[in-house]
Amino acid sequence: MKRVVITGMGIWSCLGKSLDEVRDSLYTGKSGIILDPLRKEMGFRSGLTAKVDIPDLKGVLSRSQRTYMPEQAKYAYCATVEAMRNAGIDQDYLDKHDVGLLYGNDSSVDPAVRAVDTIREKHDTTLCGSGAIFQLMNSTVTMNLGTIFRLRGINLTVSGACASGAHAIGLGALLIQTGLQDMIVCGGAQEVNPYSVGSFDGISAFSIREDAPEKASRPFDRDRDGLVPGGGAATVIIEEYEHAVKRGAPIIAEVLGYGFSANGDHISSPNVAGPSKSLRMAIERAGINIDEIGYINAHATSTHVGDTNEAKAIYDVFGDRRVEVTSTKSQTGHEMWMAGASEIIYSMLMMKNDFIAANLNFENPDEDSAKLLIPGKRIEKHFDTFLSNSFGFGGTNATLIVRNM
Amino acid sequence: MNKNELIAKVNSVLAEEFEVEESIITPEANIKQTLQLDSLSLVDMVALIESEFGVKIQPADLAQVKTFDALYDYLAERV
Repeated sequence: MKRVVITGMGIWSCLGKSLDEVRDSLYTGKSGIILDPLRKEMGFRSGLTAKVDIPDLKGVLSRSQRTYMPEQAKYAYCATVEAMRNAGIDQDYLDKHDVGLLYGNDSSVDPAVRAVDTIREKHDTTLCGSGAIFQLMNSTVTMNLGTIFRLRGINLTVSGACASGAHAIGLGALLIQTGLQDMIVCGGAQEVNPYSVGSFDGISAFSIREDAPEKASRPFDRDRDGLVPGGGAATVIIEEYEHAVKRGAPIIAEVLGYGFSANGDHISSPNVAGPSKSLRMAIERAGINIDEIGYINAHATSTHVGDTNEAKAIYDVFGDRRVEVTSTKSQTGHEMWMAGASEIIYSMLMMKNDFIAANLNFENPDEDSAKLLIPGKRIEKHFDTFLSNSFGFGGTNATLIVRNM
Repeated sequence: MNKNELIAKVNSVLAEEFEVEESIITPEANIKQTLQLDSLSLVDMVALIESEFGVKIQPADLAQVKTFDALYDYLAERV
């Protein structure tokens, strides 16, 4: 099997619009969460959200290109430009090689709502405009990035709920390991507009700690009361090792293992057996001892049952071998389709800069989180290997293990 | 809205939406060539005209509305 390395990263998130900004936000423990008054006017139970600016691409991309892009495609474009730049890839390279694209995305609600509103009001489909169809399809991110960058390898959207971004990287790694692709642009994108999460709010999944938005996302804390929705986009360039060496690419890490499983159980409540299986598979495929793992980036979203069962799964696999576990969602909220990719980047930034960001708002453990080593404050630590979990509705699980290079 | 006001507004909204200099829009100029419209962006022009003027250019009429002058006349008759 061929080795898979990461040669570039880029991000657009509530913690920053570049790797440097995000690194600083992680280090200082900045929260990206705000209370959005518009959501309260709209009838939301919780008006909490991450604050993510929509990039203005006028003058950067043509009018036609922008017309086909919903917000999450714009985030993904910016993240991908940064990742390609860091990987030393330009358009000339892309034109001469078959570069693939696997990106996590699992909704595009806002353009669908606008198109349906137009049809209902005007009774004329032409008035939806030309962009609606391309914006509202679930594959909008990969169709937009694929045409903008003229990519000619695999082109596929990965829809695995809140594990979409992680599965995109994992599946990309498999394609490279088996020699089917030399390089794939992988990532995850998440829309942030209110309509996209209105029905999610409707099942009382969100924190209602609106008096202190920065305190609302509190993974593993005893007094957590739900997640906070977030979004943006994150891109990693993964590449076959020898290919990267030959072109003199900056090799920054290796994707050692990808584990996956499905719970075959409840649609929203996770169990313990499914995630445990995913962790074990990733460790086995990485071919490492668990003692080599220096940090675990948990999926933990700040929901009661989700965090509890993940804590149990981690304890089930790691036992009393205590390694630092944090959820960066304490800073970002739940970046959903993007999370599996963004959390690889957050973990990479920590690994490259010798620290583990605080699990914000971890003030009191519960019975299960007490068994884990969860730093409520930032710690300075060198580590060379980390594990990142992503779990999604429907019981889809993904685990990635990455090693420093 | 008199015809001159209508012409000024048509030129303004089309130039802004399709990102061209307003000065290149002349009465006899071909709309698709001037605004660089393909089959998709032509749909956007129809939607924009409807949104701004409340007039939907019917598909059967679209082939006849080739120049800006023809567009001004089409709208002047219906606004």
